[in-house]
Amino acid sequence: MEKKFMTGNEAIAESAIQAGCRHFFGYPITPQSEIPEYMSKRLPEVGGIYLQAESEVAAINMLFGAAGAGARVMTSSSSPGISLMQEGISYMVGAQLPCVIVNIMRGGPGLGGIQPSQSDYFQATKGGGHGDYHLLVLAPHTVQEAVSLTMEAFDLADKYRNPVLVLGDGYIGQMMEPVEFKEATSSKLPPKEWTLTGAKGRPPNLVKSLYLDPEALEKHNLEINRKIQEMIAKEVRVETYQTDDAEVIIAAYGTVARIAKTAIKVLREKGVKVGMVRPITVFPFPYDTFRKMADRVGKFLVVEMSLGQMVEDVRLGSCGKANIRFYGRTGGVVPSYDEIVAETEKFVKEVC
Amino acid sequence: MKVELEKVFERPRALRPVMTHYCPGCGHGIAHRLVAEVLDELRIREKTVGVAPVGCSVLLYNYLDVDMYEAAHGRAPAVATGCKRVHPELVVFTYQGDGDFASIGTAEAVHVAARGEKITTIFINNAIYGMTGGQMAPTTLIGQKTTTSPMGRIPERAGYPIRMAELLSTLDGAAYIARVAVNNAKHIIHAKKAIKKAFETQIKGLGYSMVEVLSQCPTNWRMTPVEAVKWVEEKMVPYYPLGEFKVPKEG
Repeated sequence: MEKKFMTGNEAIAESAIQAGCRHFFGYPITPQSEIPEYMSKRLPEVGGIYLQAESEVAAINMLFGAAGAGARVMTSSSSPGISLMQEGISYMVGAQLPCVIVNIMRGGPGLGGIQPSQSDYFQATKGGGHGDYHLLVLAPHTVQEAVSLTMEAFDLADKYRNPVLVLGDGYIGQMMEPVEFKEATSSKLPPKEWTLTGAKGRPPNLVKSLYLDPEALEKHNLEINRKIQEMIAKEVRVETYQTDDAEVIIAAYGTVARIAKTAIKVLREKGVKVGMVRPITVFPFPYDTFRKMADRVGKFLVVEMSLGQMVEDVRLGSCGKANIRFYGRTGGVVPSYDEIVAETEKFVKEVC
Repeated sequence: MKVELEKVFERPRALRPVMTHYCPGCGHGIAHRLVAEVLDELRIREKTVGVAPVGCSVLLYNYLDVDMYEAAHGRAPAVATGCKRVHPELVVFTYQGDGDFASIGTAEAVHVAARGEKITTIFINNAIYGMTGGQMAPTTLIGQKTTTSPMGRIPERAGYPIRMAELLSTLDGAAYIARVAVNNAKHIIHAKKAIKKAFETQIKGLGYSMVEVLSQCPTNWRMTPVEAVKWVEEKMVPYYPLGEFKVPKEG
């Protein structure tokens, strides 16, 4: 298939359509408004429905309704809007409804700013809404990867009957790159016998998250947890980059990992043996990769566009065996590769 | 000798043969039954999807024999919208209380009507929060005592009761808007007619339809059921007039 030159936002929208998404509910917010704009034009062309909701609160509940009716559905937003969706996301997990949510992160807290950020990591990976749950969280570092992960997200959501979050940042959304759309591979998915289509010739179906009996709710939560444990066992994705001879490891995801690759090239030219571990799923987190890496590499430099949210997971993964340093910029400031180079060189010279 | 008896009254097919959890004298049971009768008469039980709210009627899915969602508080119209946009051939309705529809979910309530979403809302207004134990509702009357307006609702502090039927009838997307009551036989007959019209409006694809049902809550009003039905007539109806506020243009 020929390559197209697209922004990350447009590419994410198109890949959702390629994956069979025909219903999109959203609310504009910078820096992701190109997703609803693209959907409003493109979905009617393929017989789909684009609906601008009155709020992110309504949008996520429209997803609840559409997913419960059996459709492949998506919404997209940016940090403040994703905060507003947390109630609905919790309900969707509780009701075991599949959907894809895209968060093109911007700086917070509060209204924050509109520049790229990674400060929603805790919200994305540790819960966000109320209750015992996790989302499966995919973090692309290129527009091409955003395409493949968005397409996969729909299958994963259906497989686990759980919302899947595509976690990008303003750079991923706004950056233009040539992308290729590969044909969607249809994986074997369980039939959706639980959907609400009218109780014709069968007992009524029910989509709910309410279990008033504590024993019943415990059982329900254990079932949700069983799925989470299966995600942890089967869905971890991670890239290790030039780690074979590395004496220091950069840990980064998303746009920062992209910048770190340039930094690594520069550092290697200078003779610094540096590699990178890049989580592609930030939940489930590749703890094992960090644990194994910590057996032979003593220094991990975690770089983020936040004040250090993933650093806790890297520390957990390294089991106290590695010396962990953090470098981050926040508020929408994107670290440049030379900042990462300088920080790595400083770290390498230190005697730990 | 076998005696053939004519069946003149039976439980609607759409109503499950179970006991409800409602208090004696509560209006929910009547409203449930009216909805069920209408689903039967229009022969749409098997193509209907309902959305239950948060509130006393959260367990509606135990009583109606149709596919159902249980929605987050106030979000039923958004959930119904999602369902209807996926399956326009289905009949989709929300059943919501005054906290759900007139307080926490006003944005969803206003916009579902403004969009002319082809769904139906049965809105139960009993001027109080029932499930949480009798707190003030957005529809609590001036002077009415509740557990969070112990001296009676004082407008200078707590504002004024909201008239949802009148409010929504100003919106172009709303096709049928009515207010009814279930406190006596005459009103119940009118209520059923309105509910039927609301569902027919949806089936004809004319736009959004909503029936506000004035309902009694003896337990939280601290009244006997007989006092409660009188209170609807004497206190609620003067502030919340009954009638049709908007009817479809095609008549």
